[in-house]
Amino acid sequence: MVARMSDTSPRVRGWDAASDLEKDPAVVPNPATTSVPAELRARIEEAMTRYPDPRSAAIPALHAAQEVHGWCSPEAIEQVACVMALTPAYLDSVATFYDMLETTPVGRHSVYVCTNISCSLRGADALYEAIRAAAGEDPELNVRSFECLGACDIAPMASIDGVYVGPLTTDDVPQLLKDIRAGQDVLPEKQLARRPCADPKAIG
Amino acid sequence: MKLLFDRIDEPGLCTREVYERRGGYESLRRALALTPDEVLKQLEASGLRGRGGAGFQMGKKVSFLPQGSMDKYLVCNADESEPGTFKDRELMQKSPHMLIEGIVIASYAAGTNRAFIYIRGEYVLQADILDAALVEARAAGYVSEDILGSGHSLSLVVHRGAGAYICGEETGLLDSLEGKRGNPRLKPPFPANQGLYQGPTLINNVETLSTVPTIIRMGGAEYAKLGVETSTGTKLVSVSGHVQRPGNYEIELGIPSREIIYGLAGGPPEGREVKCWFPGGSSSPVLTGEDLDIPYDFDSLAKAGTMLGSGAIIVVDDSTPILDVALKVAKFYRHESCGKCTPCREGTNWTVKMLERIDAGEATPMDIEIMTSVQEHIIGNCLCVLGDAMAMPIGSMIAKFREEFEEHIETARSALSYV
Repeated sequence: MVARMSDTSPRVRGWDAASDLEKDPAVVPNPATTSVPAELRARIEEAMTRYPDPRSAAIPALHAAQEVHGWCSPEAIEQVACVMALTPAYLDSVATFYDMLETTPVGRHSVYVCTNISCSLRGADALYEAIRAAAGEDPELNVRSFECLGACDIAPMASIDGVYVGPLTTDDVPQLLKDIRAGQDVLPEKQLARRPCADPKAIG
Repeated sequence: MKLLFDRIDEPGLCTREVYERRGGYESLRRALALTPDEVLKQLEASGLRGRGGAGFQMGKKVSFLPQGSMDKYLVCNADESEPGTFKDRELMQKSPHMLIEGIVIASYAAGTNRAFIYIRGEYVLQADILDAALVEARAAGYVSEDILGSGHSLSLVVHRGAGAYICGEETGLLDSLEGKRGNPRLKPPFPANQGLYQGPTLINNVETLSTVPTIIRMGGAEYAKLGVETSTGTKLVSVSGHVQRPGNYEIELGIPSREIIYGLAGGPPEGREVKCWFPGGSSSPVLTGEDLDIPYDFDSLAKAGTMLGSGAIIVVDDSTPILDVALKVAKFYRHESCGKCTPCREGTNWTVKMLERIDAGEATPMDIEIMTSVQEHIIGNCLCVLGDAMAMPIGSMIAKFREEFEEHIETARSALSYV
């Protein structure tokens, strides 16, 4: 039997999207006219104090804004730009570089399925397709194939809102989605956090 | 011999209380009683080579930092993204204080007062655990002004990335940590002279820094007796893919690779054979089932034309076409190429296209020659090694499985009805 791996590799999103060349470049938003939620402002300002150069807080700030807005929307970018005194374009350039920062609207729950080599050798491509099929058009779910998530010991695996679960089979998919949709702990017995070290002599 | 993984699953080891009960932070006290130079001597005597991928001597790296009172930085590279690697994850999750202790000792030796842990954004649990441990370490005065009355001060920040393989490359990491896109920089200047915020910067991997407390406890010379001459100590190995017991194992460097793949990880499933294996993550040139007796250490693997890399062994058994492995690997690097250098950006893209053409039956044997030449033109021609990291394994697959590629071209071609 020859087990083929299918094409589930992620692509850089928006890499071939056209830019609007007619638009004037945005300037640093005016703090007097830009409204920023107080809690978000506080989080960004706190992050900026942690570094010798406040600009280092760009990623933490975009993470925080994404939590508030669901994605790095133009509004979210503008708010971060306002607090950090950077141009929206600069933050856009940062946001589009990183896989975890969403530059298009997405579902509230992130479901990252690893489809890199180690997981694919153990059936990740079929798992990803099964999760996608089961998720259907559910607007709450952001199902994505992802590059190596660093958990090849539980391959094939997925990261559900940051919680690593595996090894998964296609039979786990209905329960997995049920747990996500119900907002409860996903497949508790398959969570990486509970897994002992594989090295037999390491057990204390 | 378990140093890093010694009773790693002991409940509560991630708390300061349990870590200290087991002798944690004793090495820090011992190090602070020495001069920074004496600590550096111990690190140099240990022969410890970097565990992140390049295998550069850690003590030497520390000694490259200029003396003086300028702002110097220590950055712990916890952006573990090399496919197949998951050792740092287990260390940070289960023994975060060991890493923090290592960072404080290394910062003392290197004379740096600011340190950062750049952890990949996907490791949410591990970053939360590190943050909690850091709160405890600060409260106990291990990460503070005038640590334990030594006069040495350190601030430490856990910085979460946002998903980009290239940020594991040290200069890409630095740009990302400065709040930019993670594009690698031209070297020289090397980070030791001009790194974070233009200051001298020491960058080390999680496992490297986590080993520092052990070296201080044992003494550098004693540590150097473990392993083999040019690869001292123990190493965490992440074994994955077609093995029966995937996971992290701590081994003494220099043991036969077979012992890791078969002895510890149980080898491929019943009735299957090892077709090829990556000895050090998906960036390392593949070896075959005939290479299993090669000792697992830096120089033996280099002599075999490959590398130990991050210590991630990915095993592929004989049920998998080599073309699929090549495609998965090439597509990964295509996705992660930052786009700054042409050979990498175009080379990864065209390699994927050529491999797809082979699979679609639209290739001729000449495509193999072109693909080989593309790989040769990437290597050594970019700012960083991401392009090389695709070119090396793909090149090795073509060299070692050429017949299979040729067969694949023919089979796929004859399967097309219009030929």
